[in-house]
Amino acid sequence: MSMLGIVLGVAFFLAISSLMRGSEADFIQRMVDSAPHITVSDEYRHPPVQPARRHFVNAAVTLRGLEPKTETRGIRGYKQKLASIAALPGVRVAPVLTGQAIITSAGRDRGVTMSGVVPQLMAGVSDIDDKMVVGTLDELSANPNGIIIGRKLAEKLFLQWGDNLTLSAPTGIVRTLKIVGLFETGTTSIDEGHAYVLLKRAQTLLGRHDRANRLVLQLDDPYHARAVAAQIETRIGYRAQSWQEASENILSVLFVRNVIMYTVVSAILVVASFGIFNVISTVVLEKRRDIAILKSIGFRARDLRRVFLIQGVLIGGCGSLIGTVAGLGLMQVLAGIEIRPPGMNETVHLPIYWGVDQLLIAAGFALFSAVAAAWLPARKAGAVHPVDILRGGMA
Amino acid sequence: MSEVLRAEGVTRELPEPAAVTLVRDVTLSIQGGEFVSIQGPSGSGKSSLLYLLGLLDVPTAGRIWLDGIDTSTLDDDQLAAARLGKLGFVFQFHFLLVEFSVLDNVLLPMDRLGRLAAPARRERAEQLLVDLGLGDYLHRTPDRLSGGQRQRVAIARALANEPLIILADEPTGNLDSAASNAVRDLFSELARDGQRAVVTVTHDPDFARAGDRVIHIVDGRIVRDT
Repeated sequence: MSMLGIVLGVAFFLAISSLMRGSEADFIQRMVDSAPHITVSDEYRHPPVQPARRHFVNAAVTLRGLEPKTETRGIRGYKQKLASIAALPGVRVAPVLTGQAIITSAGRDRGVTMSGVVPQLMAGVSDIDDKMVVGTLDELSANPNGIIIGRKLAEKLFLQWGDNLTLSAPTGIVRTLKIVGLFETGTTSIDEGHAYVLLKRAQTLLGRHDRANRLVLQLDDPYHARAVAAQIETRIGYRAQSWQEASENILSVLFVRNVIMYTVVSAILVVASFGIFNVISTVVLEKRRDIAILKSIGFRARDLRRVFLIQGVLIGGCGSLIGTVAGLGLMQVLAGIEIRPPGMNETVHLPIYWGVDQLLIAAGFALFSAVAAAWLPARKAGAVHPVDILRGGMA
Repeated sequence: MSEVLRAEGVTRELPEPAAVTLVRDVTLSIQGGEFVSIQGPSGSGKSSLLYLLGLLDVPTAGRIWLDGIDTSTLDDDQLAAARLGKLGFVFQFHFLLVEFSVLDNVLLPMDRLGRLAAPARRERAEQLLVDLGLGDYLHRTPDRLSGGQRQRVAIARALANEPLIILADEPTGNLDSAASNAVRDLFSELARDGQRAVVTVTHDPDFARAGDRVIHIVDGRIVRDT
């Protein structure tokens, strides 16, 4: 019965752990797939110290007739920086110039975030091409006055593929652009509020010639993003933010969720280990006479402790083994369950994590609990005073 | 004959709240090959003295030397090692492990000591049991033996590691007269070969007379040593 507790504990530990970590991995994968792995922006993490401050250390100085230099915002010399980043192994990079604009059609206005892109490069760093429902990103190259908008935005403005719309930039420049593509990501804020134009077109509209304000990167191994971002930031000076840094809050929530999950499933094993404690305590009580005999023969306290610890290890070990098999069975059943998430037309399987590490954690914790549970009664067995028992008789 | 066991001023008191003096200021010496019987009324401290001499209990005062070693200087593991290699116990109730076969019960202390190789241990255990007339019962469990047979198994187990001293607490207390006589003769024989001492606690005057020496105890004190 005590072994059954461990078996069930390990099985449920694995089932819950695999579900939680599977959903976590699925979530992170979606996050990694849908966003740049690294974004280099036209900001500095640590703004450079002004020359006047460098010159007059710890001084209050009035500088007369000084006018701040007006400079077009964006990454200076982005083409060189782009080439420098592209030379890194396993890295794909594309320039983007993002700004706000208003799309007008049939008397309706909509504010959008306009991204100026180089279609050939953008295709390597974004999955937007996969989200196109009409046209492709390349259509922008073929038609410099083309624009790609979300299908939901098109519906709201009663627009279709091939229609013209009016785009007004904050610089006051107004252009008529032709819809050459429609996309649908499933995220309403993007589908209703984002538009893609050619980078050159965006530079003209936003009055930022030869500028990009973001370099977006995809890596062959997204989990190296943090290190690569640091390397890029050191090399070019601009702030390079990895997806991990950008999602630190979410990742910390996932971490806390994992801690809670492991605490709960470990509690099952701790409860199961009380079963082992009870069983071995009872055995020690029943075997007090035999323990006394063995001590009188010359067995040491630690020999007797070892006997009961081995019993705990055997219960824990067998329970872990059977529990692991049962847990893998449960995981297989869970992996076969299909669900249809709200708002989706397709059914998906429950995401299951099959990593060996969780098997080792479950079995290791179960074994540890079993040994810990056996330790107290084993210590009691070692402390039995043979004379107390031998005096009592009992054949 | 050389001295194998010596007790000097040995006292055993139970602590508060049930403060009782079990053994008072006992001094004695036991030589190799001696057959010593300890006699006395119930509650006189015979068994308590035997447990002290057998290193199962520790005196609150006085010292015990076993084979020339002051046992008060030994820790629990060393005391266990001394019990294992130099002492053999036989109790009134056989105190055999009922889940084990007769042979395994005898092998147990030998396996723990590991002085002999496994085949030699087995050979010795079988020989001991054959010598004690139990050759046909090697693989039986103790619950399928008579009281006398069980006590002989216990004696075989006590002899397994060739101890210096056999300590027996009422070894015939639970046996009929025929079995008692057989055990008594066996102890006499064990002591007679001069290789080991035998110390028994007994109520049986016939058993006591079979020994070389009888120690009388009253209220934890030795009142006569003849």
